[in-house]
Amino acid sequence: MKTFKLTNKLFLSLFAVALISCSDDDTPAPVNEEEVITTVRTTLVGGGQTITLLSRDLDGDGPNSPVVTVSGNLTAGTTYTGSVEFFNETVNPADNITTEVEEEGVDHQIFYQAPASIGTFTYTDTDANGKPIGLDFTLVTASAATGNLTVTLRHLPNKSASGVSTGNIANAGGATDAQVTYPLVVN
Amino acid sequence: MFFCLLCFASNYGQNTISGKIVDENEKPLEKSHIHISSKSTVSNRNGVYSINDIPYGPTKFLISYVGYQSIDTIITVTQNQVINFKLRQKAERLNEIVIKHKDNYYNNTVSEQKIKEAAIEKYSSQSLANVLKEVSGVSILKSGSTIAKPVINGLHSSRVPIYNNNVKREDQQWGVEHAPNFDINSAGKITVLKGASGLQYGGDAIGGIVVIEPISIKKDTLFGKALTTLESNGRGGTISTSLHKGNFCDWSWNVQGSFKYYGDRQSPSYNLSNTGNREANFSGDIKYIGKKYDFSVFYSLYNATIGILSASHIGNVNDLYNSINNSIPYIVNDFDYSIKNPKQKVMHHLAKLNYNFNLNDNEVLGLQYSFQFNNRKEFDLRTGIQDSKPALDLNLITHTFNADYKLVNGDWDYKLGVSSSFQNNTASPNTGVRPLIPTYDKVDAAVYGIVDYHFSSDFSVEVGARYDFSSIQATKFYLKSRWDERNYSPDYNDFIIGDFGNQWLTKPQFLFHNLSASLGMQYSFGSDYDLYFNISRAVRNPNPSEFFSDGLHHSSGMIELGDLRIVSEKSNKISTSLQKKWNNFAVNIGPFLNYIEDYIFLKPVGFETTIRGAFPVWEFNQTNAVLTGVDFNSQWKITKYFQHKLMISFVNGADITNNESLIDMPPLNINNRIQFNKKEWSNLKLELQSEIVFRQNQFPNNNFISNIVVDGNLVPVEIDISSPPQAYNLLHFSSDVNFKTSKNSFTTVGLSVFNIFNTKYRDYLNRQRFYADDLGRNIQIQVKINF
Repeated sequence: MKTFKLTNKLFLSLFAVALISCSDDDTPAPVNEEEVITTVRTTLVGGGQTITLLSRDLDGDGPNSPVVTVSGNLTAGTTYTGSVEFFNETVNPADNITTEVEEEGVDHQIFYQAPASIGTFTYTDTDANGKPIGLDFTLVTASAATGNLTVTLRHLPNKSASGVSTGNIANAGGATDAQVTYPLVVN
Repeated sequence: MFFCLLCFASNYGQNTISGKIVDENEKPLEKSHIHISSKSTVSNRNGVYSINDIPYGPTKFLISYVGYQSIDTIITVTQNQVINFKLRQKAERLNEIVIKHKDNYYNNTVSEQKIKEAAIEKYSSQSLANVLKEVSGVSILKSGSTIAKPVINGLHSSRVPIYNNNVKREDQQWGVEHAPNFDINSAGKITVLKGASGLQYGGDAIGGIVVIEPISIKKDTLFGKALTTLESNGRGGTISTSLHKGNFCDWSWNVQGSFKYYGDRQSPSYNLSNTGNREANFSGDIKYIGKKYDFSVFYSLYNATIGILSASHIGNVNDLYNSINNSIPYIVNDFDYSIKNPKQKVMHHLAKLNYNFNLNDNEVLGLQYSFQFNNRKEFDLRTGIQDSKPALDLNLITHTFNADYKLVNGDWDYKLGVSSSFQNNTASPNTGVRPLIPTYDKVDAAVYGIVDYHFSSDFSVEVGARYDFSSIQATKFYLKSRWDERNYSPDYNDFIIGDFGNQWLTKPQFLFHNLSASLGMQYSFGSDYDLYFNISRAVRNPNPSEFFSDGLHHSSGMIELGDLRIVSEKSNKISTSLQKKWNNFAVNIGPFLNYIEDYIFLKPVGFETTIRGAFPVWEFNQTNAVLTGVDFNSQWKITKYFQHKLMISFVNGADITNNESLIDMPPLNINNRIQFNKKEWSNLKLELQSEIVFRQNQFPNNNFISNIVVDGNLVPVEIDISSPPQAYNLLHFSSDVNFKTSKNSFTTVGLSVFNIFNTKYRDYLNRQRFYADDLGRNIQIQVKINF
């Protein structure tokens, strides 16, 4: 009988705990996703043109693919002043992550990869150690060609490795924060 | 174990055994239990007993009394005899007692494998899983060099619950990268039950159960030990100290603490950057032992910071491809003690109250309440966010109540119990990252019954059944795009309680009613043959990650998706074990078959492209699986001083629905040890161990094709995530000697070398095998002082 009573008490106390703990029904708020990059905008200015390359993925790591738009074709044999910007558009107003990349410039580098027939990319900015970050660059287009431009933002690359400071990603290492591909046409 | 057989006199007529049971002070012990052959009785007020009709020949005697060392022996009965027994108070540490008595077994009908204190001390600086590798059939699943989980007969994580001091550890054990939050130095004895036969613990142990008992002393003196371990690999050490006091005015207490401090580990050819770890742990208990009851309070704290190999943080499939193909980590810095991101910080508190009441000599009622608080913070490399902000922050609180009743009635043993627990997990929204698993509340209740019948001292049968109720309610935000991709509408639209732009707020709720059972027998026959046979059914509910995972896993470079449609998995396991002992040789062979219905596993299903690039998508899927295998052990006493030990374990995992191999099954491994032990030379022990791990040739091909940029052009390449690494053979050496340093203290000094030849290897069950080689040579010096 003693057993029964004790078990009873035990169950009662359990349910008391369960009831107390279950009574929180306040609506939670969604996580404010701080570091997500949803949008990579590359701007090329030259030859009287401004060409905007945009890759936007509003559901972040969700299932939808990024939407890529290119505002126009490039002209052969032209020097373009290029820049790239990173945004988090899951928050309102959109968060410009470019500033953070610039502030942590020694830990980041942006790489531009396209077929040689498209043209040559050259870095025009530097971090605190005098190594390129890659937020600013120039593109000198060659002859008429088509191909894909891949823009990659690497976190903690080895900037001293061979070829990295001239934009060769092969030895860079690090982790990829963003990687987008734009189709380009040079006329 | 020592016992005193006082008097062995014979006279009078036929087949009656009688005598007197006394304690060390010649005081009669009333109501001692006396089992002779298949008969039993209790002693009277004067300690006197008598049993009739005892057959001739070698007969098993078992004399027991609560709080005293049992006597378990075989005496040849030739005539009526008077046999007096003197029982000693349990003066030794409980963990040193290995007696063949059912009270010490969790299940009578499975061959349990125990690890004792001496072996545990050897692994003082390592993790629980490393110690468990001493048992055949147990392998380890690692994530780098310090995070290790036990794998029993091919299964791990949620399938291998760990019970410490009679409490199931609730420490986010579903995660492959979540090592058990437990300090090995607080363990006195560890038992591995392969399979779900320990129904008093739970009904969901598809793989097996690890039962850890703390160091517990009943000796009437104060004593302690201090253990210091220094290691070359990681350039750090472990200090563990404990103090024990037993039987002081019916009170006893134990305290134990340990510290670990290590920097980067080294592989044979390079530094493994950011793989240091720290631990500070404490445990203690105080216990009152009365005549009719005992009462104890226990508390333990585990607090660890674990560095994660820098190079294992990757951003996308290209990075993974580069890591696999370059075969060296992309970051190799010089040796460093500091731990940077990525890292894990985990803390586990356990407090419990335990009350055992002896209703009479045959009946015990135990009541227990336990409280656990687990905090897990995982830090990642992030852009524009301070390093001190975790990317994952989970608080898990668990309350558990147990009531267990045991009755011994002649040849029948009964165990009955109820248990109930309430759990709350809170995923902090302040991390700036969508949490891997959501906030949830979980309520469990269970009832079980186990009956043992001893037909004779050679043959017993055990039957048990358990019912578990479980309810889980989560609060989770789903991206609307994910909700649609998973096809949750309309089936789960009832779960939606709010609309937040591109996200749904949902409250998924699930109820489970599970029945598990175990049936087994133990039979001793011939000359020293023991046969164990057990068949069990266990049911495991989906864990939070199997239901709710939803996002990118940075260490594996894959998107992992749970599914609300996942149902419980059901295991039906047959395990047998045959033991045979000769004078200088003993073998134990244990084949098993585990048929798992609705086995839950991760399956690659395609790709998703995000702004970081393309990722392979793995989703939790279900199939029917069969795991078969065999564990083999032998011990050969070659000469007085030399001994050979062999351990072989093999498991084969098959997905029988899709006719494929299961992923992450441990390959065949063979472990040979030659030991030398000479008591005359300060108890010198030398051991040479060879650990051979074969290449796993049974694996599913999950390789995939992805585009990488070569010379500015996108080129498709195959990413080989499936091929297991090559076989390897490691040699280890260990040695120790014992000195008496004063009247009451002695010192043990040990020297060990792990991976003597600094062999380069990667292990199939190491999640970081894509990024770096495994550990290189480690020289360890250990000094233990008992006082």
